Amino acid sequence: MAHFLFTCLSTFTVVCALGVVLNKNAVNGAMCLLLCLAGIAGLFIQLHAYLLGFVLLWVYAGAVVMLFLFIVMLLDMQGGAVWRYRAFHVAASLVAAALLVCGLDMLAVRGRFEAPAPAGPAVGGSMKHLATELFTTYLLPVEVIGFLLLIAMLGVIVLSKRFEGSEGAP
Amino acid sequence: MTQTLDSYVMLSALLFAIGFFGVLLRRNTLVIYMSLELMLVASTLALVAFSHFNDTIDGDVFVFFILTVAAAEVAVGLAIIVALFRMRQTVLVNQLDALKH
Repeated sequence: MAHFLFTCLSTFTVVCALGVVLNKNAVNGAMCLLLCLAGIAGLFIQLHAYLLGFVLLWVYAGAVVMLFLFIVMLLDMQGGAVWRYRAFHVAASLVAAALLVCGLDMLAVRGRFEAPAPAGPAVGGSMKHLATELFTTYLLPVEVIGFLLLIAMLGVIVLSKRFEGSEGAP
Repeated sequence: MTQTLDSYVMLSALLFAIGFFGVLLRRNTLVIYMSLELMLVASTLALVAFSHFNDTIDGDVFVFFILTVAAAEVAVGLAIIVALFRMRQTVLVNQLDALKH
């Protein structure tokens, strides 16, 4: 059953990822990205990372894909000329991606990641364990990340503000 | 547990390669950015798989931080793309060739 679920989810995710890459329409690409992220969240949940699966759905599917859709509609690129792909360009990209996946698979096969025998604690208390780790061992990174989010927010405001003088008098 | 760690790592590598293919192939900056996000999420899948199969929580904590930083990164990147569009009126990378001339 678990194997069947893994096969279904991975096939779905890969097909949706191909949809993101190959779709002519940017809105359809964003929708495929949404489905692909849902598939990856399902894989996370299958790996017993329940919190991360839901955080992925909230942050990525809820916020990031919406942001992408807003920007696609704001810039309104659908009326633009359709660029034709040259065969040389497609072949070069395919060869590069194939080389990458071959290299990574060689690493995976040669390296032979050996998982130790699962004798650790039960995964039931995973959420409590994660929270304890976050607020004890990783307390400083949590604070730094909060500060980073603040800086990013200020940066976005500065970047998207129209400064007076560059566009004439207000 | 019927899946091995290898299958998750293979899937992660495949998704990463698909994202890389999109970055190389596409002309639209927004689609390139979506492919980059796909690559990032593929790498987090490998981290979660390693963390699960080694019975540790550190990979999960790391992915938590990665997701937080990715949210900030997407906001800043899209703001840069909008600023670029305002200045040059295009988001196609084959027309953004100011450094070539």
